[in-house]
Amino acid sequence: MAEMVKKATRESFGLAVTEAAKTNPNIVVLDADLAAATKTAIFQKEFPERFIDVGIAECNMVGIAAGLATCGKIPFAASFAMFSTGRAFEQVRNSVGYPHLNVKIVGSHAGISVGEDGATHQCLEDIALMRTIPGMVVLNPADHYEMTAAVKAVTEYVGPCYIRLGRLAVESFNNNDDYKFELGKGITLRDGSDITVVATGLMVREALMAADALKSEGISVRVINIHTIKPLDRELIVKAARETGKIITVEEHSIIGGLGEAVCSTICETCPVPVIRIGVRDCFGHSGPGADLLKEFGLSADNIAKTIRQVVGK
Amino acid sequence: MNSNEKKALRVTACKVRIGAVTGVYCAKSGHPGGSLSAADVFTYLYFKEMHVDPKNPKDPDRDRFVLSKGHACPGLYAALAERGYFPKEELKSLRHIGAMLQGHPDMKHTPGIDMSTGSLGQGISAACGIALAGKLDKKDYRVYTLLGDGESEEGQVWEASMFAGHHNLDNLCVMVDCNGLQIDGPVSEIGGVMPIDQKFEAFGFDVQTIDGHDFEAMETAFAHARAVKGKPSCIILHTVKGKGVSYMENAVSWHGKAPNDEQYQQAMTELKAELARREAE
Repeated sequence: MAEMVKKATRESFGLAVTEAAKTNPNIVVLDADLAAATKTAIFQKEFPERFIDVGIAECNMVGIAAGLATCGKIPFAASFAMFSTGRAFEQVRNSVGYPHLNVKIVGSHAGISVGEDGATHQCLEDIALMRTIPGMVVLNPADHYEMTAAVKAVTEYVGPCYIRLGRLAVESFNNNDDYKFELGKGITLRDGSDITVVATGLMVREALMAADALKSEGISVRVINIHTIKPLDRELIVKAARETGKIITVEEHSIIGGLGEAVCSTICETCPVPVIRIGVRDCFGHSGPGADLLKEFGLSADNIAKTIRQVVGK
Repeated sequence: MNSNEKKALRVTACKVRIGAVTGVYCAKSGHPGGSLSAADVFTYLYFKEMHVDPKNPKDPDRDRFVLSKGHACPGLYAALAERGYFPKEELKSLRHIGAMLQGHPDMKHTPGIDMSTGSLGQGISAACGIALAGKLDKKDYRVYTLLGDGESEEGQVWEASMFAGHHNLDNLCVMVDCNGLQIDGPVSEIGGVMPIDQKFEAFGFDVQTIDGHDFEAMETAFAHARAVKGKPSCIILHTVKGKGVSYMENAVSWHGKAPNDEQYQQAMTELKAELARREAE
């Protein structure tokens, strides 16, 4: 068993891309004046000649990454999720997605847990935006070990990917020896028969805590970790719908266009069962400590447990 | 440039114009005005300036061209077909369902297209990325990109230009097809693009301004651009929108529409007469 690590996934990303670059000379990293925050500075220190700070110009950064990719480079283009997927959305769509170039778009400080910077920097739409681009792989790793594995996987995969990074440190739970990361495959972390919680990113650990707390109340909760939101592991989700009959999705993202809607569309088309979506309910965030905001917006183990109790009627 | 070479370029440019107008006519839509203003520079790039091999369009050491003003692709497609990247017959299926030649350049399906473009302002960034890759890999290929003067109203053009100047991308040559017109009217009335030469100078470029229909001027300017070290080059091309088809010349209305049967016949008569004249020179 590997040791428990408490790290923000942005830091795990910075370490992993630096490690990957030691054996893959094609990896280059671009940032738009946020290297210290996105943790691409870790890479910059090790490989200054393969690091390009484009300045505060995210649209241009994505276009440069596209050009580099046409020459066989594997560019990771990083900024806050708000800017790399939001401001530069059309560049990602037309210069990366349409030609299906091997560019990895990196969005750090995603979600409400950005905290004090407030609504302008709390990106709650990145997963929705990136999901709409044909051929784009969308990843939201949950802890240090998953991020490490995800970076390795996207480096080997040829094609456009989006990787979401969080600001807050999170305790690892994927440090078990049989942990296996496979693009497009969900992971059942707890088996259960009364209800399934499908969670992603920072919310996976909250879902696990909720499930464990409810065990003593006699509620059997299945927990599925979806690190790859696109392509979604339809098989695993449909199986859970069939076997548990009820689903709750949890994401630190708008309930519009994210994991919740991806799960809903899958279930609707194959095995309709009730789905409750926990996420930010069509509103902007505001300033405050990240951990407090998560509680306020219901993105906590307590709220997940409360919702489960309501849905299973216990 | 000797007279035979000049004659060959002029003859080819006529054929490129015929191909561009025929493509737009067969598509019943498309952008003839900007294709014709850029027809001479397309011809110069693919028949004189760039080191490319139509039989090996993915050669990692080739010079690259990114058509940032992607809507002028009927002209580029005609030049690529003339150069032998694909059969000229393809031009007649431009914009048709299932055709290789899309309404805007698609690198996945068209041999010779180095970058998919069409959304204005984005091609120049990709060209910077290709130039940067050349520097990182210590390759000596050159990268050419063609902007429109109207396109230069896009902010991303200046983000990319700032990057090119700051990173001393002397393997990059930015050309601006200054035909003076955009969809809604004269560029001078709509945006604040001019004086564009001073803008590129301020962003760290070596800037030259030439007649974009004069091959001898192109030869001098591109040779100078190749010799410039430590900074990117910019060649401002003064052109006539719709050049070569009398009723399209300097007419805003021919930015993005196809000729009808009668108009097509007239265009062909004019362009073929010019071709015969050039061939007889």
